[in-house]
Amino acid sequence: MPETIQHHAQAAAPVTYPGVELPQVDERAARRTLLDQIARLEGELSGLLCAAFPRNGLDCRVRARGGPRILSLAELERVRDDLAARAQDNRRRLSERLRVEQRNRHRLEQMLLDPAAHKWERVTNADIGEPGCKQWHVLPRFGLLGMLMGWWRVKISSGCPLPPGRGPRPRPLAPRS
Amino acid sequence: MRAERGWVAPEVSDEFPHLGLYVLAVEARAGRSPREVRGRLAAMSDRFTGGRAIQLRREPVPWAYRVFFRQIGLDPDERRTPPEQAALERMRAGGFVSRGLVEDALLIATVETGVALVALDAERVRPPLGIRLARPGERLGGDGIELPAGRIVMADERHVLAELFGKVAPGRGPGRRSRRLLIAAVRVKGVPEMSVEEAFWTVAEVLGQGR
Repeated sequence: MPETIQHHAQAAAPVTYPGVELPQVDERAARRTLLDQIARLEGELSGLLCAAFPRNGLDCRVRARGGPRILSLAELERVRDDLAARAQDNRRRLSERLRVEQRNRHRLEQMLLDPAAHKWERVTNADIGEPGCKQWHVLPRFGLLGMLMGWWRVKISSGCPLPPGRGPRPRPLAPRS
Repeated sequence: MRAERGWVAPEVSDEFPHLGLYVLAVEARAGRSPREVRGRLAAMSDRFTGGRAIQLRREPVPWAYRVFFRQIGLDPDERRTPPEQAALERMRAGGFVSRGLVEDALLIATVETGVALVALDAERVRPPLGIRLARPGERLGGDGIELPAGRIVMADERHVLAELFGKVAPGRGPGRRSRRLLIAAVRVKGVPEMSVEEAFWTVAEVLGQGR
């Protein structure tokens, strides 16, 4: 690894030839393009995260470059590349997740059509990419009796538990006698 | 109410031609927020849900700050942009918490317009304010921590007042004895001038309720 770093450092150093004057390269156009690309990729990454909500597991972090400062051309390229890699990774994760959710939705349909064929199975809102705590659970009607008789049904939970609140209201102090 | 435009050093404006600093001088006293302001924060908390916090990064003004953060080497998911920081604190605390009149005024304006604002004590800075790069060996506020050369900073004629989007140098922000404040807004590409104006109006209106 140190060799690689050294190699890059050497490559970055300007090469001089006796009697030859290298023209000054105007980086501005390249910098503008990179800044625009960073803006576009940031928009894409933000769009992915918003589209994925309420799913989690997407990572939008791209290593900071010790700013705030004017980045060199190489640093801008690295930011652009990191953003592009991150966007690609998130797109892949999201599409995998959507495929799993599609499968879960199909499973849920099957559960509802034929509960006995899906004993004890459970599908939650998170499994199908929906917000909330609702869940579909295949359970026997009347407990053990239903299990023995094969009376299976899909039980839908009533949603998220209520917030616990702030506890009981403090009692007023007893008046002094 | 008239905001002044601060300067931007050529080496910075060459790279970011749309970057601007706007400064508004207002009369204000630091202290506890009146009931109306606290009520406004509470109403704002009710309107600001988790979904809105997530979608914030797609709104034009907060998104513009995110892009600028990336372009200057900051990760907006590590060091939050001002509107996102406000949203995060709202989610953590369960509401927008009142921290004093000046802080509340900046918070309300930032949440409502998305514009990044900073308050400075007008008696402790020497306008005009501007944005430039830190020089070698320069210290925050003149006697604070040493800044690496090349940092983008907000400065007055003499000293660096703050790193861009960073904390204000100790002693330069509004204190208990402050009577006149300078409210500075950093405008980046994608932030309309009208949003900056609206932010200033909001700050002035909220601070006016404290008189």
